[in-house]
Amino acid sequence: MEDLIRRYGTGLTAVFCLLVAFWILVLVILPNFAMFEQSFRPYLPVVEIGGPKDVYGFANYGKIFANPVETTWFGIPVTIPIHINTFLLTVFYSALVTLMTLIFAYPLAYFLAKIASPRSIPTLLLLLFIPMWVSEALRAFAWYIILTFNGPLNALLKALGVIDQGIRWQNGVFTSYDAIVIVLTYCYVLFMLFPIYTAITSLDTNQIEAAEDLGSPWWRTHWRVVIPHAKPGIASGCVMVFMLSAGSLLVPTVVGSTKANWFPQTIYTWFNDALDWNTGAAYSMIFLLVCIFFVILTMRLFKVKLSDIAK
Amino acid sequence: MSRNRAILGQLYFGLFILYMLVPLAVMAGAAFNDSKLPTIAPWKGLTWAWFGELWADQTMWGAFLNSILVALAVVALAVPIGTAAAILLNSISGKYRATLYGVMVAPVLAPGLVIGISTVLFWNQLGRSMGADDFFLFGRGLHLSTLGQVSYISAYVMLLVLARLQSFDPGLEEAALDLGANHGQVLRRILLPHLYPAMAASSAIAFFQSMENFNVTLFTKANATTLTVYVFSQVRSGITPKINALAFLLILLTLVLALIYETNRRRRARIEAAREAEARRAEEAMLL
Repeated sequence: MEDLIRRYGTGLTAVFCLLVAFWILVLVILPNFAMFEQSFRPYLPVVEIGGPKDVYGFANYGKIFANPVETTWFGIPVTIPIHINTFLLTVFYSALVTLMTLIFAYPLAYFLAKIASPRSIPTLLLLLFIPMWVSEALRAFAWYIILTFNGPLNALLKALGVIDQGIRWQNGVFTSYDAIVIVLTYCYVLFMLFPIYTAITSLDTNQIEAAEDLGSPWWRTHWRVVIPHAKPGIASGCVMVFMLSAGSLLVPTVVGSTKANWFPQTIYTWFNDALDWNTGAAYSMIFLLVCIFFVILTMRLFKVKLSDIAK
Repeated sequence: MSRNRAILGQLYFGLFILYMLVPLAVMAGAAFNDSKLPTIAPWKGLTWAWFGELWADQTMWGAFLNSILVALAVVALAVPIGTAAAILLNSISGKYRATLYGVMVAPVLAPGLVIGISTVLFWNQLGRSMGADDFFLFGRGLHLSTLGQVSYISAYVMLLVLARLQSFDPGLEEAALDLGANHGQVLRRILLPHLYPAMAASSAIAFFQSMENFNVTLFTKANATTLTVYVFSQVRSGITPKINALAFLLILLTLVLALIYETNRRRRARIEAAREAEARRAEEAMLL
């Protein structure tokens, strides 16, 4: 700090500190604190705010346990509160999306980092960047077109003779979440690819060759040499994809069936349709806690630091 | 063995690129189909009508303008904040640095809807506690969308500028101070010129991140519309290929930008290769 003052003087240092303080306090910490505080207060008409009814309590959080419904999980019938059901399914399918993007992205990242000729890399990366620059709303919409009942996918399959009747993709073939999983995977696979690619590029190719010279089969080279080295990248990709998928409101609304609810949609309903901002705050606190839990879990699992994940 | 692997890799890459681009091509193609619903099958004939409808859509133009304004405001706020944060972070060390770093990058990982809700609740409460509920600045609107977006986009700027700061030689500042430069000159003439490339790159990233943003905007926007929200609401409420026309234009823009970037890069690479060859030839001539 003294160093800053010596270089830039008190005035400029104060400006730097003020800008940072505005960001950290006014834009990050205080809003989150406000959300935390309001999540414990009841939803009241404006005139009653601050009145005798305005006391702290867990009522908003309790609403997640209301309305039990009967449903089936992979064929097993269960009775479970509807919002908990949505919540668990969101976490489960987001984890599935994360796994699928990892399976898709890892071979490609390895190919780009170690097999493709270095001269063609900038062009190949640019090709991959193009879909990323197209906005998420449009990418979801593209799949909406593909998956509609009278859409190109059904037409193609019919022309090929694979099916003779159209499939309602948006209602799902295996589960009602099929379309959401397909589109989320498509939208976020590049967020898995780039961190893993960056991590593998820093691996010395000699290590891979040494492993092969010593007779290691290809899968063991990956398991013992490449994957351990790519761990920070994998962790970073997993966190990004999970967070983006679980937090997506756009994709489930655009391509999801009416039977497939996503937790952010539940939060949005509380916030925007019921206008009950306090319960919305409570739900989004729950959501935030799960996200923090997932980050910590990933950090533990992959033994990496926060600075490795957020780059 | 290794040749097989290269071929397999190229095949996989090709398939992956197809997987990435075919949906976009389908969407763009549907813009030209003379059908009430956005699709490419069945093909009912070529038409340009949807572009005309898009051009005449006032809501779209309003939303587009809003997106640009918000994005410019985000750049104007996030770039100074992120740069200041990087300079501050770079000047401290030890455990405070790690803590501050953690606090600064946390918003990148925070889900957009949490940022949106918390921003709305905070400003609303602030307005109420100041007895100015109805004052428009405390209510929902695009100004809150801007602030919400700045809260995480600043972190991207900070990371980029911080990376650039690693290659900065503080000795230059010492020299300038010894030669009698004042503090403002040190910042303006020594440090900032070194950071300009990173600041320019982060401005571009901030601009596009803001244009793309959906979650934060949806919770904070009230009745205003941005381009992403417009596309979303169109998809929800009975869609016409007008949106495909918009998608086609945006994809075309992306392609043109990518092409310009690529030709520029190739030209630079060629010039560099030519220079290297020349240097080699000169060296050989010297040896002879």
